[in-house]
Amino acid sequence: MGEARTVTMELSHHVELRVTLMTDMVTQRMTLPVRPHIVPRDRPVRSPDELAGHPAKISVSHLNFFYGEKRALADVSLEIPQHCVTALIGPSGCGKSTFLRCLNRMNDMIEDTRVEGDVLLDGNDILGPRVDVVELRKRVGMVFQKSNPFPKSVFENVAYGPRVAGIRQKAVLFEIVEKSLTRAALWDEVKDRLDDSALQLSGGQQQRLCIARALATNPDVLLMDEPASALDPASTSRIEDLIFELRDRYTIVIVTHNMQQAARVSDRTAFFYQGELIEAGSTNELFTNPTRKQTEDYITGRFG
Amino acid sequence: MNAESSAAEVVGLRAVPWDGAGHGGVRRKVVEGLVQAGLFGCALLSIFTTVGIVLVLAVEAFEFFREVPLFDFLTGTEWAPKLAGKFGVLPLVSGTLMVTAGAAMVALPIGLLTAIYLSEYASSEVREVVKPVLEVLAGVPSVVFGYLAVVTVSPWIRTFFPSAGVFNVASASIVVGVMILPMIVSLSEDVLRSVPRSLREAAYALGATKFDVTVKVVVPAAISGIVASFLLALSRAIGETMAVALAAGNSPNMTLNPLEAAQTMTGYIVQVSQGDTPAGSLEYRTIFAVGLALFVSTMFINILAQWFVARVRMKYD
Repeated sequence: MGEARTVTMELSHHVELRVTLMTDMVTQRMTLPVRPHIVPRDRPVRSPDELAGHPAKISVSHLNFFYGEKRALADVSLEIPQHCVTALIGPSGCGKSTFLRCLNRMNDMIEDTRVEGDVLLDGNDILGPRVDVVELRKRVGMVFQKSNPFPKSVFENVAYGPRVAGIRQKAVLFEIVEKSLTRAALWDEVKDRLDDSALQLSGGQQQRLCIARALATNPDVLLMDEPASALDPASTSRIEDLIFELRDRYTIVIVTHNMQQAARVSDRTAFFYQGELIEAGSTNELFTNPTRKQTEDYITGRFG
Repeated sequence: MNAESSAAEVVGLRAVPWDGAGHGGVRRKVVEGLVQAGLFGCALLSIFTTVGIVLVLAVEAFEFFREVPLFDFLTGTEWAPKLAGKFGVLPLVSGTLMVTAGAAMVALPIGLLTAIYLSEYASSEVREVVKPVLEVLAGVPSVVFGYLAVVTVSPWIRTFFPSAGVFNVASASIVVGVMILPMIVSLSEDVLRSVPRSLREAAYALGATKFDVTVKVVVPAAISGIVASFLLALSRAIGETMAVALAAGNSPNMTLNPLEAAQTMTGYIVQVSQGDTPAGSLEYRTIFAVGLALFVSTMFINILAQWFVARVRMKYD
């Protein structure tokens, strides 16, 4: 009889389902270790030298995070270089989403959580009690796994951020909306339907609308939590193209379950496992020559 | 043990092949049929009841309108069936509308703001105290509200407005407002809380404050449910009987002054039903005419509620 393995599935941010499977039932996955196809890649990745030239936009040191008694992040330290795409990978429940949500303090809204350590944005602390969270979130935008447009028009969705920031003039709002939608590669598709409900757009369009909405507050950093996991391959590809185009202007951190995606879009990759940061490095390096056994096992599909 | 058999055991696969024969199929069909017939019978019962009520109302009201022209009934401004034979329903309608409008002015703002507080701002500890208290409020019998209006609210109003009568529309409005408050709070809070967390997170991630999120995302997303809760509560206020019969007084009075006494449609029906009005007399039939008018207006509000919900849903879906 095959050995029993425990697979952890993340149902929501703090609920986990543990399922014990027989290894024989997952034979296919177990016997064919395949590395993600890395080269050729049609987008130039930043070389390690180039990465070294980018200063850290966000620098995290000794970050611990607790849901009640449960420690979800253990002593994580990571530098996120400016104007690069940093991918966070790892199996479900490894803490990568929790880590991402620490960067704009979205975890504040979950009751009974606690954070320790330092997160610096441009060298300044963002975790302290005196930090203006509203201001922080304008600087650090976020795109979620499930596209979540407001039940309002396309225009109003993108204009929401500027509006809550106090911009009233229609002309200024329109300019921001047009620019944001253009940057999110959506303008041509929706310019004639700005007054239609955002919920009438396709799934891929809705997700790009959410990206446009995040860009409209003019952030420095864009956090993306599995932005393409609910999309079909064509829409996924468009989002990936978009991420690539945006990296010169924004610092992007993307959580993904899809290792090929991490390999395709990111300059730098960090591998999380059971709340710890196992390894971080340039994407090519990490996928072709991981230094840690756990990383090797994960990227070749031996677990997760 | 080889790998396949162990996996099959784990998921509980059967090794018996399908032979095409039914086992107990006839019996199963009979039971299914009986269950379906029983359930259909229950559904039919409610339809018969509804049709029966409407028929009785319509037939008796028809008898009434053979003697009193419908036009006079709807436009007459004096209601004195017994004393003067005047059958203008407008004083009763105005009494009902006054009480309902007053109740709405009390209950809609307080109810909505309470629901917003409970759903968006209150900690779980506060919610656990407030919600049961509201349920207790919902459980207070309406006759209790009625005499509270007479012995507490009315004297209180008279200290501010000495001209007010012992029975007045204002006190009835206030207690009916308090009565429908739990309904508005609980229905509105449910729809507010059912707005997905993802929408709130999206707004917070854009640098919205709690107030922005509440006013510009959560309430608009829930507006159809909120309006439906308002209309249902108003329906209830229109149909409310005991409290207004006690508090508003029994004098049909075409007035816009909330400090005067008035009589509502329901209040009139109570008054006549209690008395020794002989069945079949014209006065007896008035209650069916008034009942029909009440029924039509409540139905109209419910249809309006559905129309509104559908319209808003189209806009936001």
